[in-house]
Amino acid sequence: MLFFLVFPSFMVYLTRKIEFSASHLYHNPAFSAEENRRVFGKCNNPHGHGHNYVLEVTVGGEPNPATGMVLDLKELKEILQREVTDRMDHRFLNYEVPELSGQIPTCENIATAIWNLLEPKITSGHLHRVRLYETPDLFVDCYGAGNGATSQAGAAR
Amino acid sequence: MNLHLTRRYKFCASHRLHSARLSVDENKRVYGKCNNPFGHGHNYIVEVAVSGPVDPSTGMIANLGDLDAFVDARVIEPFDHRYLNEEVAEFRTHVPTTENLCIEIFNRLREFPLAKLERVLVEETGSNSFEYAGEARGENP
Repeated sequence: MLFFLVFPSFMVYLTRKIEFSASHLYHNPAFSAEENRRVFGKCNNPHGHGHNYVLEVTVGGEPNPATGMVLDLKELKEILQREVTDRMDHRFLNYEVPELSGQIPTCENIATAIWNLLEPKITSGHLHRVRLYETPDLFVDCYGAGNGATSQAGAAR
Repeated sequence: MNLHLTRRYKFCASHRLHSARLSVDENKRVYGKCNNPFGHGHNYIVEVAVSGPVDPSTGMIANLGDLDAFVDARVIEPFDHRYLNEEVAEFRTHVPTTENLCIEIFNRLREFPLAKLERVLVEETGSNSFEYAGEARGENP
């Protein structure tokens, strides 16, 4: 116990931002055509439409004493490229991304799919938050299934 | 999954920082330029974060149309292009600092029926922002 008092933990949160562009449409086959239009509005256009998504991925952890890093940014960059950009950039999310198959590709569902893709790949530190901007005025924060939602930066998972 | 949906809104309003509990000199000292009797204005930005389960039939925590209509009716319409001190009842008795504005906006939105209100953030300028997450939440746990 005294050890922890003398050497407190230094939890640090590291965020990397990437962008990808993709198209989607909102349509629930269980709804009537009219219901789809009412619930989803313009987003129900059968031809789809697109966004420049901005993704911020936050990893929390204590810096490794040997490297001074929570995790190597190069490694995070490669994970994001492989798991997100290669899968989603310049794709039609409804038809080309298996992780979203059978779901309506809302910001909520895309953020959750990204969390599920990234969480097992982050082996140094832990995935703290996935923030996905659909536009500058709309974003979703995903904290996984753990209890991290009440804090912007500090909640323990 | 623990998800928060955040939407950004804008409104423009004027205000004056002046406390009836302080003397004329104290008001000038504490509030500086903001104590100008004629008031001044800002382009405010409000971030509203809500949480809740994602409805599998829509993929949404809350339909943005419903959230926008609620925020518009409770906050944007009554605040936009208004003099806050005179035209918003709360600020006849409370100084319309951005701290108080944040609390007032949270209170006006807390009854949103379709999701749980998590947090309100107000930017007075690009350099100042304030957040409020309700009484019981407070600081980071």
